[in-house]
Amino acid sequence: MATLTYRDALNQALREEMQRDPDVFLMGEEVGVYQGAYKVSRGLLEEFGPMRIVDTPIAELGFAGIGVGAAMAGLRPVIEFMTWNFAVLALDQIVNSAAKILYESGGQIPIPIVFRGPNGAALQLAAQHSQAWDAWVSHIPGLKVVAPATPADAKGLLKAAIRDNNPVIVLEGEMLYNVKGEVPEGEHIVPIGQADVKRPGRDVTFICHSKTVAVALKAAEQMAEHEGVSAEVLDLRSLRPLDEEAILGSVARTNRAVVIEEGWPHAGIGAQVVDVIQREAFDQLDAPVLRVTQADVPMPYNKQLERLAKPSPERVVAAARRVLYLD
Amino acid sequence: MATATAQTTHAPAQHELEHRMLRQMLLIRRFEEKAAEAYALGKIGGFCHLYIGQEAVAVGSLAALREDDYVISSYREHGQALARGLPANVVMAELFGKATGCSKGKGGSMHLFDAGRRFMGGHGIVGGHVPLAAGLGFAIRYRGGDQVCLCYFGEAAVNIGAFHETLNMASVYKLPVIFLCENNRYGMGTAFERVAAVTDVVEHACSYDMAAELVNGMDVLAVNEATRRAAERARKGGRPTLLEVRTYRFMGHSMSDPLHGVYRTKEEVEEQRKRDPISQLAGKLKEEGVLDEAGLNALDAEARAAAEDAVRFADQSPDPDPTELTTHVLAD
Ligand SMILES: Cc1ncc(C[n+]2csc(CCOP(=O)(O)OP(=O)(O)O)c2C)c(N)n1
Ligand SMILES: [Mg+2]
Repeated sequence: MATLTYRDALNQALREEMQRDPDVFLMGEEVGVYQGAYKVSRGLLEEFGPMRIVDTPIAELGFAGIGVGAAMAGLRPVIEFMTWNFAVLALDQIVNSAAKILYESGGQIPIPIVFRGPNGAALQLAAQHSQAWDAWVSHIPGLKVVAPATPADAKGLLKAAIRDNNPVIVLEGEMLYNVKGEVPEGEHIVPIGQADVKRPGRDVTFICHSKTVAVALKAAEQMAEHEGVSAEVLDLRSLRPLDEEAILGSVARTNRAVVIEEGWPHAGIGAQVVDVIQREAFDQLDAPVLRVTQADVPMPYNKQLERLAKPSPERVVAAARRVLYLD
Repeated sequence: MATATAQTTHAPAQHELEHRMLRQMLLIRRFEEKAAEAYALGKIGGFCHLYIGQEAVAVGSLAALREDDYVISSYREHGQALARGLPANVVMAELFGKATGCSKGKGGSMHLFDAGRRFMGGHGIVGGHVPLAAGLGFAIRYRGGDQVCLCYFGEAAVNIGAFHETLNMASVYKLPVIFLCENNRYGMGTAFERVAAVTDVVEHACSYDMAAELVNGMDVLAVNEATRRAAERARKGGRPTLLEVRTYRFMGHSMSDPLHGVYRTKEEVEEQRKRDPISQLAGKLKEEGVLDEAGLNALDAEARAAAEDAVRFADQSPDPDPTELTTHVLAD
């Protein structure tokens, strides 16, 4: 297995899928000549040419809609948003076109499209450029949503997304692009809808995804070292469909859970996870489930304030201590 | 001399086309009248936007297309669906929300689909389907085909960002798309000139270096010819066209909207009714001696019978099975 960055794992997935299927094309701002705003599409224009690596004007609504239209005709577009902050301008096409045409047409017209790009906060980019849309997109029937945390999952989930016959949202992370990890070569598919235990444990489950997996792993390490607590880290990987079985299986083992996400608390992903747990595993719980999220504020620019706003290992440890009644 | 020859050789084919278009316009008119009745009886629910007055636009333009071309429209699309050849029965059944409808009762009046006829839907968000048309055009170009995509939208969609983003990209990427604006003067109760700085829609084409034509939408032949020219431009050179087709709706915006009163006068509607596209074509055919009153009555009777049949079919069709609630959310 080769060690790759998350960025190069995505690049490999794109390249392999484009080699495999001539109907796959990539469209977005700066994907071609500039080689990608975050270099995910490096080298692809040279290999596949401008008909398949399509530079667009800054017109998110327009090119997202062109993607959906192309998918209506049976192509398999991958639409890159420079970041999900800008994809908000395209929500009409994602929500009203991509997610609904199959249903509205009585099953006649599937929309095999991928919408991808970095989601959530990077560093000191302030409020408009630091937003996690996980909960927004996961709310919509007709979409699938994945949020890989590791290079291997990034490759496997993007390949699965491209081969899926439905609109799939792939939430990446600017802060993840440089993360390195082992990535299986060639045909490596991570099925959509399967969570993954990133660290097994007995005493409490940390349910997380995307960037918060690293946060949870760090918290688990600290708790093992300093408090002798064994925390399980469950990476959801897919937000829709949600792997309820994996969530319930883990909670059945640990009887306690903390749900961690990058987004805001109100009506967030964690709220959905907690709903599943209280409904299906009420009797197995030894403590209320707690959540660690971004502070319920627009993201501040100031470095210290920004750090306070984001989920951190310290906040996860604090929540874990409470569900373990250690305080 | 050359023109005269051309006319004689083409005359039968042209008359056949005109005859066919008259028939289709009559079918749409009678179908819509029946839909209005059914709506009043509560058999059709929700929003229902009739096409009466605008028949020449759908019929004239679709007669210029091939079977393998794509068609996409807004929520005012009953006429285009019928002119595209969707059977009146399945269109009416869809308005009734029945399992036999062209979208299995899940789309309704605003979401008529027929993938086989490349009728890529009715869409309900004003201007939202305009980028989809460019995407269909993109797919044609991607595959190196010579089809076109014909996209209908109302003049109110011209004020939406999606329209402008799409026209720009269609021109930049040289997409074989015909953007056909049905300018019926009003978006619901708002006259276009009250909300548009530029009231000649064709002028927007300049901003996007696009070919454009202003067309009389009450003249089915004019619509047909303009669409032919646009289709030719798209097939041969992969260039998009903006057609502004001036038309008028004789009915209210939707079934819940009165014919006139608040935003337009009775006199205006009556004046416009004198330009009825169906009487105009029927008049022309009579003048040329290829149709007489009896022939016209026979065509009309046929259209009325088809519309009545469609209502009967829709009425007798079953509702979708309750299990259909959760099908087609995701594809396999
Ligand atoms: C984005 C959006 N805003 C508002 C509406 C509500 N609405 C439906 S039709 C309509 C008027 C549209 O007029 P026009 O585009 O001229 O088409 P026409 O109804 O005249 O055929 C409005 C405001 C909508 N469907 N979509
Ligand atoms: Mg209008």
